[in-house]
Formats: sequence, structure tokens, C-alpha cells
Amino acid sequence: MANPDFAGREYAATAPYGVGREKIREFASAVGALDPAHHDIVAARGLGYPDLVAPPTFAVVVAQRAEAQYVQDPAAGIDFSRVVHADEKFVHHRPIVAGDELVTVLHVDSVTQRAGIAMVTTRCEIAALVPQGEPEPVSTVTSSLVIRGEDS
Amino acid sequence: MARPVLADLSVGDVVATGTVELDRARLVRYAGASGDFNPIHWDESFATEVGLPGVIAHGMLTMGSVVGVVADWAGDPGAVVAYQTRFTKPVPVPQRGTAAVEVTATVGAIDTDAGTVRVDLTVTHEDAKVLGRSQATVRLS
Repeated sequence: MANPDFAGREYAATAPYGVGREKIREFASAVGALDPAHHDIVAARGLGYPDLVAPPTFAVVVAQRAEAQYVQDPAAGIDFSRVVHADEKFVHHRPIVAGDELVTVLHVDSVTQRAGIAMVTTRCEIAALVPQGEPEPVSTVTSSLVIRGEDS
Repeated sequence: MARPVLADLSVGDVVATGTVELDRARLVRYAGASGDFNPIHWDESFATEVGLPGVIAHGMLTMGSVVGVVADWAGDPGAVVAYQTRFTKPVPVPQRGTAAVEVTATVGAIDTDAGTVRVDLTVTHEDAKVLGRSQATVRLS
């Protein structure tokens, strides 16, 4: 079962994820997002963005890579074949745009167990590298997973 | 395209509706685009072995698809400053044909100081809710 010792853990920032134009186009097409701001640079600039803008849930691509540090760690005790995604929340401090170099700090906010069911909540603080100084906050992605017990 | 204006909105207004058709090809496409290769979204026998009715859509695909009606209404996908949901029921996707997901977007709250509107999404498949507490916060002028 999920190891309660991981609650409160904070991981070191990930290596940068480079947001590419074609990745934004590919993800937008996969979720049926036809807004030209995802596909056409002129349209994106017309809305005031420096480059193609990512759809509202694109940050999950970046967050799930960071979450893998935790959920794929055998010591965390998470059996992925028994996992159900319970909820997801995005707070965007600014939209993600092509060209961003994103680093993520993963937090394990809670690990709880009740009646053979475990629930874990993670939080990804995603920030963009800037030429100088601290990375600029971009998105906070909070995700809860339920892990069904062996008997349920 | 004229963007909606906060002052013109009232709580309870239905601002958008839509239907998202999900088929197996769409699931495979989303798996590749998102990097979520959990076999419950493409392997029928694996899905049934772990107790599911069959291959189901990624919750994140449903979440990511239905918010399109809100982004289109807002006229700027970057205006969606927050978005959350609970995954209450899986959406089984048949081997042939599609699963239809219906979405209705309603104004749930207006924050004039922040210049934002909370849009509540009702998302159903075959008349059953598949997302719960699904809320998008949109910045308008």
C-alpha cells in the first residue's frame, strides 16, 4: 500500500521541459482544440502572446513527467494497475507558450489510507526559466489518485 | 470575434453547449500527445482484467476536450486561468463507433473585483455525470 512516509516530501526541480510549437499543435489537436491561437503564430500574436499558446490542460504533460518521480518509485508503494484518477486542478499564473523552458518542483501533499483504499495528492509547481533570477511561476497542478486495495 | 463582457453576464446563464465524440483512435492519439500510455485506455483485455467495463477514455482527455467550449466562448484559450474537476464515472469507448460526451457550461459565479467568471461544466455520457465539480475560471474584461 501507499507508503505514508512520502507525505510532505518535496523533490528537486526537474530538468527543463522545452515547450515546442509542434507539441502544442499535437496536444491541441488531440483534445479537439481548434482555436487558431494553438496552431497559428499570427493568431497567437494577435491575442498578445509571444508564440503559440497551450490549451488549458496542456500542463498535465509536464506535471505527469514530474509525478513519475514519485508514483514510479517502488518505495512509494503505488500499484499503478490499481490506480484511479480522482481529481485534477490547474491554476495558471500565466498561460504556457511555445518556447517556454519549464522546471517543476513536485510536492507530495498527502498520503491517506482508509478502509483498504489509499489516496495520494501531489502538487506540481511549474515555473519558466528566465535569463536571470528565479524561475517565473507558470502553473500549479494538483492531482489526486485513488489506489484500490488488493481486496476491492 | 467579440469577446464576452463580464457586465453582460448573470449567474445561471448557459454560455455554451457541445458534444465531444470519443473513439478509439482519439484515445490512442491522446495517449501519444500526452504521454499517458496506461493500457486501460487502449487494451481491452487489460482493462477488463482490472475490473473495468472495457477500454475507457483518459479522464484527462474528457477534461481537456470539454473545456474547449469555454475557451471558444471566451475567445482566448489563455483566458482560462483555473480549471478543476473530479472524475466521477469512467467513459467506456467502444471498439467501433464513438462515445458521446455532452457538455453544458453555465455561469456559476461572477467576481467583478477579480474580473473573472466561474463557469460550471455539466458533463454527461448516456445521461450520467462523468465529471463532478467541474469548474473553469475565465478572465474577462
